[in-house]
Amino acid sequence: MAATSVEHLHSDGHFVTPQDKYSSMKLGMWLFIATEILLFGGLFAVYAIYRAKFPEMFFNGRDELSLLLGTTNTVILIVSSFSIAMGVTAIQRGKKNLLTFLIIVTLLCGALFGVNKYFEYTAKFHHGIFPSTDIFFALYFMMTSLHMLHVIVGMAILFIIMIFNMKGKYSPSNYTAPEVGALYWHLVDVIWIYLFGLLYLVA
Amino acid sequence: MADGTMVEAVRPTYLDRKGFLSWALTLDHKRLGIMYLVTIMVFFLFAGIMGMLVRLELLTPGKTVMGPDTYNQIFTIHGAVMIFIVIVPGISATFGNFLIPLMIGARDVIFPRLNLFSYWIYVGGALIALVSLLHPIDTGWTFYTPYSIRTGTSVIPITFGVFVMGFSSILTGLNFIVTIHKLRAPGMNWHRMPLFIWAAYSTAVIQVLATPVIAITLLLLIAERVFGIGFFDPAKGGDPILFQHFFWFYSHPVVYIMILPAFGVISEIIPVFSRKPIFGYKAIAYSSIAIALIGFLVWGHHLFVSGMAGWVAKVFSFLTFLVAIPTAIKVWNWLATMYRGSIDLKTPMLYALGFLFLFTIAGLTGLFLGTLAINVHLHDTYFVVAHFHYTMMGGTIMMLFAAMHFWFPKMIGKMYGEAVAKIAFALIFIGFNLTFIPQFIMGMEGMPRRYYDYLPQYHYQHVLSSIGALVLGVGILVMLINLIYCIFKGEKAPSNPFGSKSWEWQTTSPPPTENFEEIPQVTDWTYGYGKKN
Repeated sequence: MAATSVEHLHSDGHFVTPQDKYSSMKLGMWLFIATEILLFGGLFAVYAIYRAKFPEMFFNGRDELSLLLGTTNTVILIVSSFSIAMGVTAIQRGKKNLLTFLIIVTLLCGALFGVNKYFEYTAKFHHGIFPSTDIFFALYFMMTSLHMLHVIVGMAILFIIMIFNMKGKYSPSNYTAPEVGALYWHLVDVIWIYLFGLLYLVA
Repeated sequence: MADGTMVEAVRPTYLDRKGFLSWALTLDHKRLGIMYLVTIMVFFLFAGIMGMLVRLELLTPGKTVMGPDTYNQIFTIHGAVMIFIVIVPGISATFGNFLIPLMIGARDVIFPRLNLFSYWIYVGGALIALVSLLHPIDTGWTFYTPYSIRTGTSVIPITFGVFVMGFSSILTGLNFIVTIHKLRAPGMNWHRMPLFIWAAYSTAVIQVLATPVIAITLLLLIAERVFGIGFFDPAKGGDPILFQHFFWFYSHPVVYIMILPAFGVISEIIPVFSRKPIFGYKAIAYSSIAIALIGFLVWGHHLFVSGMAGWVAKVFSFLTFLVAIPTAIKVWNWLATMYRGSIDLKTPMLYALGFLFLFTIAGLTGLFLGTLAINVHLHDTYFVVAHFHYTMMGGTIMMLFAAMHFWFPKMIGKMYGEAVAKIAFALIFIGFNLTFIPQFIMGMEGMPRRYYDYLPQYHYQHVLSSIGALVLGVGILVMLINLIYCIFKGEKAPSNPFGSKSWEWQTTSPPPTENFEEIPQVTDWTYGYGKKN
């Protein structure tokens, strides 16, 4: 590595206090969340336009989706958001091992979500439904797969945080990374709740 | 560096450490700024050669050197590379990186690792985009559907490359916003910030808010080709005009990503070489923010003839006129700054004056195009081509060149050669106008853009334009050779050769790695020229 002592000072020397680091990281994450919302916002716009244009297609398409699996996945993600939020509280109170445990719970939820998605997708393929079937299913596959990608990224972030936590990097005076990671996970959850409503529920 | 050879007066600089890895893995915002600059200039030359080939082909009606399909590919490469790889990061990533921490009195950006990561994402995205050169795309840089869904050329690599570079743009913008919020030196409140910082901040806001939309647009275009989703394909119930809306929702704000940093650069240069405080500081600062916000609401003016409800077109036309106001406020304030100043026509100031001339033409012709009735006549003609070259080349690139001269002593620690630089400026200025003024006239007379062939009546204008392009190209080469020569052979530069009051000049040239020995205490703005020190 080329990082000399000068560069080390350089990269971390700014953060005079953990509070500064905390507020900077949080501002950064909120900005990033804004970009994510705009990314999905494009798809929401497509959804609004074509739902207005082809209401029947959306109605019929919705009936093809498995409400059971969709609801299950919604519950799973809400539980995972709850567990990661508890994890942040845990590290704020210095309970390092509890954070590790709660991240594992969150990761398991994420994995379970993926398994359910896999079953949903394969069932669609068996019925001969593909992204090219019609615009509703194009939207369904684009939205849910892009969301799944975010679930995977969120799991990777939380996994890294878990490793650092097991090495004892976080404490009641330094819980920036767990909190910012959790913030991202909540975004993933919130986007799913919108997708669930728009794709599975709306008549 | 070996200490034994150093004279006592020589201070350590950020350029001291040598070797490829010391650059490739650097966390230093100044080095990253230089790396962006070098990368961008390489792509600029490449895309510039493509532009020259276009002008060469148009020298005569019919075939001159290439066939029509090749011609389509060449102008697409020219446009796509210039826009996405060169001008979008053109000033914001290069001088933004180099200057923001120096100007606000910080030691670096707030997330240096993220900054390095952004650079390599940018390079990666650019390389992915270049893969499409194997079978170059022929859609024009706008990738309009449905042609971009059906063409056999390689659309996917270049759109995916642009998608990847979008991440770099978002992360850089995010980094700059947080940096400007959190790392200003003590005493530097918002109204003491240099205007370049205001411009960079506004740019970063657009980068963060607009780029995700092009990301999803290009992703959907790729999905159209790979999976056959039909959002933009009329054959499947989709709507190609929706693609245009999506595309321009990003690509109009992005012209402000390109031009706002140029506004920042000229706001720094004019007070220094007029020896006067900037006139209307707050007006310039807040008009940057106003442009960033209104700029999001005008994209529809690219679609006046694509099919749009009459009242919508009127609203977009009105908003387009509205965005001209903050821009005109800026131009007026720059002129007022020069009024009765002690003007020193060094090269950066010459570029600034050139900018004022060219950008005024660019802005006013933009108003022609924003007028509904005239737009129908001028849409997709050479008038549009000339207009956006006046904004992008006459605006952004001219100020990029100005910045490359103005901050050359700070970046390299040497002076650029003044006489040759002025000759280069003259060639660039004359060549540029010679290239594009005939295009305005041709456009008015009805010459459509992107056409391979043309009627004989446009011949002499095309010839003038091509001669102009040659002069322009020579000018750019002279400028670059002069600068590169001066990197090695230039006179040693003092800390503050131009007598600027901005903070980046208050440290040594080139600055040490940590920028300042001690973080400055700010008690005033940086434009107090002509008063006691």
